Amino acid sequence: MAFSQINAPIYEALRKFRRMRVVPFDVPGHKRGRGNMELTEFLGEDCMNVDVNSMKPLDNLCHPVSVIKDAEELAAEAFGAAHAFFMVGGTTSAVQSMIMYACKSGEKIIMPRNVHRSAINALILTGAIPVYVDPDCNNELGIPLGMSVSQVEKAIRENPDAKAILVNNPTYYGICSDIKKITELAHANNMLMLADEAHGTHFYFGENFPISAMAAGADIASASMHKSGGSLTQSSFLLMGERINADYMRQVVNLTQTTSASYLLLSSLDISRKRLALSGREIFEKTVQMAEYAREEINSIGGYYAFSRELVNGDSVYDFDVSKLSVHTLPIGLAGIEVYDLLRDEYDIQIEFGDIGNILAYISVGDRTRDIERLISALAEIKRRFGKSGTGMLTQEYINPVVAETPRRAFYADKMSLPLDEAAGHVCSEFVMCYPPGIPILAPGELITPQIIEYIKYAKEKGCQMTGTEDINIERLNVLR
Amino acid sequence: MELWFTERHTPNVKFSIKVDRQLYSGSSEFQRIDVFDSKEFGRFLTLDGYMMLTEKDEFIYHEMITHVPMSVHPNPENILVIGAGDGGVVRELTNYSCVKNIDLVEIDELVVEVSKQYLPTTACRFDDPRVNVYYEDGVKFIRRCEDKYDIIIVDSTDPFGPGEGLFTKEFYGSCFKALHEDGIMVNQHESPFYTEDAAAMQRSHKRIVESFPISKVYQAHIPTYPSGHWLFGFASKKYHPTNDYNGTKWSMLGINTRYYNPRLHSGAFALPNYVEELLRDVE
Repeated sequence: MAFSQINAPIYEALRKFRRMRVVPFDVPGHKRGRGNMELTEFLGEDCMNVDVNSMKPLDNLCHPVSVIKDAEELAAEAFGAAHAFFMVGGTTSAVQSMIMYACKSGEKIIMPRNVHRSAINALILTGAIPVYVDPDCNNELGIPLGMSVSQVEKAIRENPDAKAILVNNPTYYGICSDIKKITELAHANNMLMLADEAHGTHFYFGENFPISAMAAGADIASASMHKSGGSLTQSSFLLMGERINADYMRQVVNLTQTTSASYLLLSSLDISRKRLALSGREIFEKTVQMAEYAREEINSIGGYYAFSRELVNGDSVYDFDVSKLSVHTLPIGLAGIEVYDLLRDEYDIQIEFGDIGNILAYISVGDRTRDIERLISALAEIKRRFGKSGTGMLTQEYINPVVAETPRRAFYADKMSLPLDEAAGHVCSEFVMCYPPGIPILAPGELITPQIIEYIKYAKEKGCQMTGTEDINIERLNVLR
Repeated sequence: MELWFTERHTPNVKFSIKVDRQLYSGSSEFQRIDVFDSKEFGRFLTLDGYMMLTEKDEFIYHEMITHVPMSVHPNPENILVIGAGDGGVVRELTNYSCVKNIDLVEIDELVVEVSKQYLPTTACRFDDPRVNVYYEDGVKFIRRCEDKYDIIIVDSTDPFGPGEGLFTKEFYGSCFKALHEDGIMVNQHESPFYTEDAAAMQRSHKRIVESFPISKVYQAHIPTYPSGHWLFGFASKKYHPTNDYNGTKWSMLGINTRYYNPRLHSGAFALPNYVEELLRDVE
């Protein structure tokens, strides 16, 4: 390969293409922005100029043979993968593709229940059957942890015919399972090892982070470059190890991926990969410094608990990602979602999410120390102005599901709509989740219990943004007839 | 030779001063710092190209941000100044014998050093034994203070750049907490004239109103600031800026001022109708 990590082949091709001043008689119809001036003024001429169609000098994502192929090879090298694909449908499409590759209809996949909805969506698409490993739960914080190795072993013993194991590396909160050990188990039992690394791109480039999926020997990983990697929203990488047939994977990806991939997204992936490969270590060192500083200051306010590596227990919390700033809020008498809303409404600070017991502030190299100071001060002020006794706060965050039907059968089955209060005892045919984090409270095929209904009502009352149901107000649920 | 310093007051308005020579140019981790000398305004300090002070008109700003709260509070002993690395506020404060302690928190040490070297008219009282200088983000410093100060003077730059945090609700709330139960906070409150400045002014006024029981605004004219019409915020837990004001008592102190006087004190709180309206909109 004539390229090295200082190159960005797609970006370079686009710059060259722009200089050629080619007259466009192809799509997109805005024709370098001239046909839509209001949009051009809003987004900028430079941006519109490179919103172009696939063509010979710029390659084609569906069937890459030149600059996209080169860029994908560079990405694979940077991530230590055998192959890497540029993805333009978000990490959602990467997660779906890896599950669709691993499992056909009726085949089993072992996964924790606290997966992102995209993983369960993939089960609806493929008809694969989930074997849920209950994640351990930290009852004080009310958060689901990772999968313990013994639980995975048990699942394998009971389901030796499963085709794959999926692990979050890490979870939204930064918690990692022992992915290396689980990968060994998977391979010893002829299963593929899949990793949802939506929140773990930086593991590949920073120092002292938990091990990355590729380094752990996993077969496929979905890495959200647009989260910690700095690329544009909706762009992502699908990473593959030696055991994966990349050409077949390309066909799987092309089942659902657009044929008009955006060059804004592709070039953002290309440039971001270059940036991380060249200076990722310093970038993430700075990120971790800011997160550690914020954690220390927030813990010194009192009440709040910004948790970190002390949660590590060698099993269900095998490792912790210190770049995540997760803060437990219940001791100040406020639900995480309430603190999340106060930060935005009172202090003009938008954080990543708030759930029942915690908030998560996303820290990245784009942050400035003075903004971190604002966040800490705002949390101190929220405690002073709105804090109350922490008793009587609901902590339960994770509810073990009872799977009554496969997600696919439940999703496509005959169903009826019931008021929330009358739904207990029925099997749900749709998702219910707070978004973010997008981890389903109920997934299609799961039994609705009074405990779950109580939880949904509490989350609604506290102001969680609930999604997934056909009824936009989440007053009714679709259940199987 | 014609060398001009120009600041854009709006995208369509420029303000220029003919420069005699540049005395200093340097960058800190926070901002670019320049000092120029001019025939009309004497020496002047700019941060990231924005006018901070000139020798000719700085007295207006520094007297108004200092003497208004100092004359309302019956016994101000412990004072916190945030920003103000040029030393102007400290110079005014050290005129008061009742003051026992002045903590100055400036984020940028280089501003103080440059001021000491090139702006002796303002940076002249840093060696007063009552003055303690802390080089720290004011947002961070004040977070740790509780029931500690009689007066807080927020001499900030603009609501963008390093001074951004000093226009936030979390900062004003922290100031409230840091003040004694009869404490006063005064802040640089931007200008009501140009649209964008007025919006910033309203935003910070709203946040102060939500943080303090008494929140008033007063004005001064400062020729080198955008539009020349400038506002200050007076936020207080107990004292009203004009009802609880004793001008005679202040006059007896014998402090020499060129702009501030007791009659002007009361008059400064009388605002033009359009300003009243801007303020009412967010109260």
